[in-house]
Amino acid sequence: MFDYTFQWRTALRALPDMLEGAVVTFETAALSMIFGVLIALALLAMRETPNLATRAVAGTWVSIARNTPALFQIYIVYFGLGAIGLHVSSWAALLAGITFNNAGYLAENFRGGLKAIPDTQVRAARSLGMSSFQAYRLVVVPQLLRIVFYPITNQMVWAVLMTSLGVIVGLNNDLTGVTQDYNVRTFRTFELFALAAVIYYLIAKLIVAIARLLAWRLFRY
Amino acid sequence: MIEIEKVHKSFKDLEVIKGVDLTVQKGEVVSIVGGSGSGKSTLLMCINGLENIQSGSIRVDGTEVHAKGTDINKLRQKIGIVFQQWNAFPHLNVLENVMLAPRKVLGKSRAEAEELAVKQLTHVGLADKLKVFPGKLSGGQQQRMAIARALAMSPDYMLFDEATSALDPQLVGEVLDTMRLLAEDGMTMILVTHEIPFARDVSDRVAFFREGLVHEIGPPDQVIDNPQKPETAAFLKSVV
Ligand SMILES: Nc1ncnc2c1ncn2[C@@H]1O[C@H](COP(=O)(O)OP(=O)(O)O)[C@@H](O)[C@H]1O
Ligand SMILES: [Mg+2]
Repeated sequence: MFDYTFQWRTALRALPDMLEGAVVTFETAALSMIFGVLIALALLAMRETPNLATRAVAGTWVSIARNTPALFQIYIVYFGLGAIGLHVSSWAALLAGITFNNAGYLAENFRGGLKAIPDTQVRAARSLGMSSFQAYRLVVVPQLLRIVFYPITNQMVWAVLMTSLGVIVGLNNDLTGVTQDYNVRTFRTFELFALAAVIYYLIAKLIVAIARLLAWRLFRY
Repeated sequence: MIEIEKVHKSFKDLEVIKGVDLTVQKGEVVSIVGGSGSGKSTLLMCINGLENIQSGSIRVDGTEVHAKGTDINKLRQKIGIVFQQWNAFPHLNVLENVMLAPRKVLGKSRAEAEELAVKQLTHVGLADKLKVFPGKLSGGQQQRMAIARALAMSPDYMLFDEATSALDPQLVGEVLDTMRLLAEDGMTMILVTHEIPFARDVSDRVAFFREGLVHEIGPPDQVIDNPQKPETAAFLKSVV
């Protein structure tokens, strides 16, 4: 009744291509994080302005990003933009979708982090003659960086895992895409996806390890 | 000279300072005592422009603090302030805490700033803690560091807002000693304090603050030892 025999050799033959896919996966995630952090900072600033419309846009972004499945977010970028005549590649749709998601989560993390820094810190900095910008750059941001460091690390891991959703909009050169291609041709589903899972796992662990090392170098207090 | 004239200050509808007049001469030490909520902290923050005012004027060496054209960052360089919560920058070690503003605000070189910082830190008895992070210091040490940090800007005036109120009793003395040294060095100071014996000791004048006004002001042997107003007497009785 169970006549599936494992054939690891097929999976191992796919390994070089899968590793190449893993590079695409990692690059996509890293890029989505860079854009995500920048947009999150913008959203953070937007949510602090007195302008109601600006605040509403930022608030809506954060709310949707955090409360709908990432899969839908990517789907909607790909097919939604396509429907209004803006055709984007699978990869661009995936990148935009994950970036949207990252920015929403990070904006919320940044906001929480900012709240954790008492305004007496800014007041102390200003009382020493620092401009408002200096007070933020020299006193608030370095402290904020430490607070949001682990949330950023988590989000990076999450971004790597989210790239696997690219397959639903037809991406075929990331780790999941390559794996799926081999799967369709060889039907060694279990071996291939088990191997892919191991690679995802190792990427995630590597990110956390690098982050630990960085934190240890960066945060001395 | 600090000249405070008919200053009114409100937070929304709540008027906190209700027409304060006070002049502090160069080299003078003026203590402000008074009940909690009477506007003492607010007044100090108005003096260096951390809070705005509704009317009246505050001049420091003739410069109008709240005038549109005033370079407030420049003005603050000569007014040091030490708060009740010591406000160390937790991400910087003791030396870096003190060096930061001289470097970034005054534009001093690393070597110059370090020399200055070491000098001030030695002065407050922290020469052996230069590389320590504030989180590892006692409250008294953090407060002394905050004093050194303010002094490293070579201010002409020092404002102290209940600098010892948040400290454990056994740590109060070391901070008061530091402040006393400063007074003896001729620093112009305004200190808000609940340490009445200390205020009597170091002050040229003592102001009793009540409901946003200077209720009584004069030399310590008048205001503290022989208050002219019943409210002053009642307050002094309540703090000892
Ligand atoms: N930022 C603020 N916003 C609103 N009210 C404030 C603020 N700061 C102080 N107050 C109020 O102003 C009054 C005077 O406060 P404060 O100057 O701190 O008094 P003191 O230092 O004499 O205890 C208090 O009633 C206080 O609640
Ligand atoms: Mg106060």
